[in-house]
Amino acid sequence: MAARKIAADTPELRERWGGWTFTEENRAKADWHIKKYPEGRQKSAVMPLLDLAQRQVGAETDTQGWLPLPVMEYVAEYLGMPIIRVLEVATFYTMYNLEPVGKFHVQVCGTTPCMLRGSDDIIAACKKRGMKAGHVSDDGLWSFTEVECMGNCATAPMVQINDDNYEDLTAERLDSVLDALAAGEQPKTGTQEPGRHTSEPAGGPTTLKDMVTENYDYRGEW
Amino acid sequence: MLADKDRIFTNVYGFQPWNLDAARKRGDWDDTKGLIAKSQDDIIEVIKASGLRGRGGAGFPTGMKWSFMPKESKDGRPSFLVINADESEPGSCKDREIIRHDPHKLIEGALCAGYAMRARAAYIYIRGEYIREAEVLQAAIDEAYEAGLIGKNASGSGYDFDVFMHRGAGAYICGEETAMIESLEGKKGQPRLKPPFPAGAGLYGCPTTVNNVESIAVVPTILRRGAEWFASFGREGNKGTKLFQISGHVNNPCVVEEAMSITFEELIEKHCGGIRGGWDNLLAVIPGGSSVPLVPAEQIRHAHMDFDGLKELGSGLGTAGVIVMDKSTDIVRAISRISYFYKHESCGQCTPCREGTGWMWRVMKRLETGDATVEEIDMLYTVTKQVEGHTICALGDAAAWPIQGLLRHFRPELERRIAERESAMQEAAE
Repeated sequence: MAARKIAADTPELRERWGGWTFTEENRAKADWHIKKYPEGRQKSAVMPLLDLAQRQVGAETDTQGWLPLPVMEYVAEYLGMPIIRVLEVATFYTMYNLEPVGKFHVQVCGTTPCMLRGSDDIIAACKKRGMKAGHVSDDGLWSFTEVECMGNCATAPMVQINDDNYEDLTAERLDSVLDALAAGEQPKTGTQEPGRHTSEPAGGPTTLKDMVTENYDYRGEW
Repeated sequence: MLADKDRIFTNVYGFQPWNLDAARKRGDWDDTKGLIAKSQDDIIEVIKASGLRGRGGAGFPTGMKWSFMPKESKDGRPSFLVINADESEPGSCKDREIIRHDPHKLIEGALCAGYAMRARAAYIYIRGEYIREAEVLQAAIDEAYEAGLIGKNASGSGYDFDVFMHRGAGAYICGEETAMIESLEGKKGQPRLKPPFPAGAGLYGCPTTVNNVESIAVVPTILRRGAEWFASFGREGNKGTKLFQISGHVNNPCVVEEAMSITFEELIEKHCGGIRGGWDNLLAVIPGGSSVPLVPAEQIRHAHMDFDGLKELGSGLGTAGVIVMDKSTDIVRAISRISYFYKHESCGQCTPCREGTGWMWRVMKRLETGDATVEEIDMLYTVTKQVEGHTICALGDAAAWPIQGLLRHFRPELERRIAERESAMQEAAE
């Protein structure tokens, strides 16, 4: 089990986050999520609402966002749930940040398929830049977590930074991605292997070659 | 080799757009009304006859699973289809390709399967880390609603069927079907005791079937081309086509759709450019995602990549996430990293798993450097047996099996490390 604790409930935390509410836009999104579930089952929406809340906190702090206790209390109230039920969810699922994070949350996959393809080098490259787990860099830009399998095994090793994946990494390729982000640019997402499109074999697909250049309809050959 | 015309996921690499217009030109949503004009039971019979076995790992016959759903609601409770897109098994990366490149196959499959099991709606539970993939899937669902393909009178069939997407937030255990249901209900994803099984009391206490993305996404093509077509691939009891995901020490890792029962050698030679450093450099393979025991090189080369072929080798097809390891691999570390994964992902509900996964990982960590005694190898085996089969869900088993596989095939390596460390210590003492 991952041991996860919420940030301490201090007067400063209350001062900063007390009275926090969804923006009008996020309220509309929250209500759209709630409608996906049958009547009386609105607490099913606790996960999407926590995600929305984290993203809004992120926008307000120019970081990936996190979940201060008063924000979770607001979500609990929004859904008519006891706060403990919301805390159970927030502490169980690892994508909810329970402490402040940096502008970019660098999540390197270190599970076996990535490890076999060199994730040790990727983690070392992050550490070389001063990143360490559970710590925000002094410039506020970077947080680092070694995460478990992200489902990009055929394009390993990989890193997820906020909402985007960067795959087929080497330490040098990671450095150029991080440099670009630090400079306020958006690097190319997905595979960093030149000439590779997604998860086809590098060097070109061994199957479905017609699809590379046109939206081929195979039904004529059935 | 499977012919391109017989591949179901023709846009698996995303060279072409995923959207409705492009998907229709590839044949999706073509007379879906006609596909579900058959009776529910007829559709279930087709799926049974096709030999489709669940693609999420367990390999349970899909048609039979659907037949457990009630034919009518005696008490007014609706039925639900839950689609498991919580792909988190190390080595698995196929559902991601379906969702981001061919989402309409999944949504059309949801309608066909949902109709066959008389479900009111489908919830697609996608893992939280698939952020861009979820954006594509939601956009595809919106397109399908807009075009009247799902929703009220779905595809003009007279059947009302909704499709909703629910994002997870980083918990491997939610891939277990009852943990997924708990999570959908807004709770911690801790598996439920069974019985009652989901087909009797699942989501919100209503009859529910949970199916993997690939199992659902192949359904429309099976209905279009017929059960005989699908059953013409693979050996008896292992029919159909399958997305294989090859990672690790091959020259070209990739995701590829192939016929079931293809041999390991053919799969690697045709699509992956061979083993890194050649066949003599192959050490071992984990053929079905991290939960299944490894198979040593000499046994895997000519093995049939299907449920029964890999079971015979004491392993399993699982999700067909094939993790290849060459002789440069520290095999003990490779398995100990998997032990860490299970320690991290145990939900904490059952004591043997919560405590056992941590204990097993700590011993594995010491075995990496040989900082152990030979007796502890046997003790570790005993503990894996005490975890296996003694928990509510299969995560305990999944944590135990990789270690058992290592002990079965690489015990001499463990003993060598222990002896090496001992003699180094002795030398230091002298």
